Amino acid sequence: MNDFTKYLAGRVTAGGMNRREFMGRAMAAGLTLTAASQLFATSAEAQTPKKGGHLKLGLEGAAATDSKDPAKALSQFMFVVGRCWGDMLVESEPLTGKPVPALAESWEPSEDAVTWTFKIRSGVKFQNGKTLTVDDVIATLKRHTDEKAESGALGVMKSIKDIKADGGNLVLTLTEGNADLPLLLTDYHLIIQPNGGTDDPNAMIGTGPYKVASFEPGVRATFEKNKDDWRSDRGFVDSVEIIAMNDATARIAALSSGQVHYINRVDPKTVALLKRAPTVEVLSTSGRGHYVFIMHCDKAPFDNNDLRLALKYAMDREGMVKTVLGGYGKVGNDFPINSTYALFPEGIEQRAYDPDKAAFHYKKSGHSGSVLLRTSEVAFPGAVDAAVLYQQSAKKAGINVEVKREPGDGYWTNVWNVQPFSTSYWGGRPTQDQMYSTAYLSTADWNDTRFKRPDFDKLLLEARSELDETKRKDMYRTMAMTVRDEGGLILPMFNDFVNAASKKVKGYVHDIGNDMSNGYVATRVWLDA
Amino acid sequence: MSNPVETESLPDQRFRERFPLLALLIERMLLSLLLLVAVSVLIFGGVEALPGDFATTYLGQSATPQAVANIRAELGLDRPVVSRYFEWLAGAFQGDFGTSWASRNSVSEQVGNRLGNSLFLAGFAAVISVPLAVGLGMLSVHFRNRMPDKIINVISLAAISLPEFFIGYLLILYFAVNFGVATFPATVYEGMGFIERLKAIALPTATLVLVVLAHMMRMTRAAILSVMSSAYMETAELKGLSAFRAIVKHAAPNALAPIINVVALNLAYLVVGVVVVEVVFVYPGMGQYMVDAVTVRDMPVVQACGLIFAAVYIFLNMLADILAIVANPRLRHPR
Repeated sequence: MNDFTKYLAGRVTAGGMNRREFMGRAMAAGLTLTAASQLFATSAEAQTPKKGGHLKLGLEGAAATDSKDPAKALSQFMFVVGRCWGDMLVESEPLTGKPVPALAESWEPSEDAVTWTFKIRSGVKFQNGKTLTVDDVIATLKRHTDEKAESGALGVMKSIKDIKADGGNLVLTLTEGNADLPLLLTDYHLIIQPNGGTDDPNAMIGTGPYKVASFEPGVRATFEKNKDDWRSDRGFVDSVEIIAMNDATARIAALSSGQVHYINRVDPKTVALLKRAPTVEVLSTSGRGHYVFIMHCDKAPFDNNDLRLALKYAMDREGMVKTVLGGYGKVGNDFPINSTYALFPEGIEQRAYDPDKAAFHYKKSGHSGSVLLRTSEVAFPGAVDAAVLYQQSAKKAGINVEVKREPGDGYWTNVWNVQPFSTSYWGGRPTQDQMYSTAYLSTADWNDTRFKRPDFDKLLLEARSELDETKRKDMYRTMAMTVRDEGGLILPMFNDFVNAASKKVKGYVHDIGNDMSNGYVATRVWLDA
Repeated sequence: MSNPVETESLPDQRFRERFPLLALLIERMLLSLLLLVAVSVLIFGGVEALPGDFATTYLGQSATPQAVANIRAELGLDRPVVSRYFEWLAGAFQGDFGTSWASRNSVSEQVGNRLGNSLFLAGFAAVISVPLAVGLGMLSVHFRNRMPDKIINVISLAAISLPEFFIGYLLILYFAVNFGVATFPATVYEGMGFIERLKAIALPTATLVLVVLAHMMRMTRAAILSVMSSAYMETAELKGLSAFRAIVKHAAPNALAPIINVVALNLAYLVVGVVVVEVVFVYPGMGQYMVDAVTVRDMPVVQACGLIFAAVYIFLNMLADILAIVANPRLRHPR
């Protein structure tokens, strides 16, 4: 049973999918008819979600300064809190990353992907008893567009030129075509609030499965079940309590002593110890964040593609994942996209550690002497170790890498994006388009590899408004190949999200969208007493 | 010409002569107030001089120049420093610390909650540790250089030598994880019953007691021992008083001043220096609040916490001075 069918089975038990729907999708995923129907029966029987109970989460990232306004949510803590009480227009499917309906029932783009019409779900009630209308949606989106609201989704909203209602539907007009618009609306800041939250942005009233019972910033949040929830496939426990725990050891102690059911941010270095606890299960989910070694394509000696290739082949990726990530990660292939993105271009050959090829390209580049790599502990956890490991593996190819350790203070202003060869990290973006636009477009501020290719830029813009998925995927394949073979990016590893839960917690969905089951952990799991 | 000066200084002098103790106390308090104002200048100046800007830290990747300018204008950061300082000071002395930049809530209200939590924890730790330390100190004087004295010394020195977070982790490991008898995390919240609260703070209180115990205990021991070697203690012994009675009745009052001082220092530490313990035990006190604020450069909160910490410190030290003066008449007449 692969992850996808496991997920489908989970949805069945959660009551979110009937037999016909399940069979169709499971068979599409490659299961035979008998296998699928057996799976349906067993998961519907054995894994029926238990309702009730009090779920306790111990999460890192809360601060006394956390704002109740979803527009200003920053921390991991507020991310989960928001997902409990509110809904977005669109959600992303946990295993494919494709957009699926939430408060928007369906949507339709114009042919050039500039104008989008969203049908707003009817019969949804806010937790204050008001009924959701298209006006609430419009007011919400308009509030996030206003610079004064200081919304974390402002960057996303900037591409929207016009927001208006058409009957009960929402019509969005963009500044340019963007086939990814539904995915952009899954942003966790964009919780639909009554009247857009303009009356009181801090009210914490939404349409989610849990109502806020108490909230003390940086300390604790408690929730009660929303009896009027419009969905029956979520919100199984009666009440939720989220406790702020910024100390890694405190989280582990709380989980192993059974005081909380779930914790986030488990340090890969202590995972092995935590695994020994008989009542605890480590939950590791593939993520989009990645650790990188970046070369400036326009500065000597890195303006020579043979040297760049030599340095790429000299990277021992498997060794990096094992040593730096403790095995909790996946090897990278020198382009910033992995299979957790929708429209991931499969079948690109995995680049492996190859001292011979590295030596070949190094010789061809004509470079002599050492190559200076700058690094710091703040670049990513274990960055200095990673740089030294890289020095070792490069030496076997006859390349002399000199590692210079820079102070953490000022690393991001003086070294990253300034010096020609350094270590750094990237968090993921919701779409491939956003990832490439942020760091690989010629004009991007954060083009930290100085990758300037007009043909790549053109393809990126074309792909953005292309609605045909096959064509779009092909474009993304070409772009990935360009970055992989000609760019300045060495991407040894994608880091996993490592969380842990008590074995009483059932139904956890590994969501590729983001950490902690894309923030939905409290609404998706149930407790098996 | 000199007349008015004399008539003015006369009642003052008379007051001093008639109530020497009261005059001394008032002087102390005025001095403390002055010190507090000086500290407020330091805090405000220091915070102003800090590198890093709230608006850019807060907005992170979405920091467009326009958004940054909006935030700065909204917070009044474009106005001159001096007028901002006096507004802040005037507010602070009326108990109004302004609004938090990050959460837009009243700082005073939040500080009130947090300070209450901090004082609750510190108060409980003090109630246990002070009598315990003084009692153990007396006990070890009584058995000095014998087994009980040595045991007390070794244990308390071991406790003070371990970093407080390590003691915390040890207590969590044994009492919360292995035996499962103590409550962890120690999160307290509004609407929590008193007994519940006591249970929650049991482990952090124990940690704090272990951390501050040795200092106070050893100071008590040393102070009493030095008094014990004086002539009048010999007299007490010779006239047939029991050893314990001699310690309690004769040695302790004379040894009070240094003990009060070290107790006050440790009490101040219990309020302002327990950030690490708060973090380890997930206890929502002032220290944690201030650290959160510093990381996002939420200056009104940082300033409020700084000023309150300074006030607690100054107040406790003043109290120690006053008590020492009251306890020991010799200090009233500085040579």
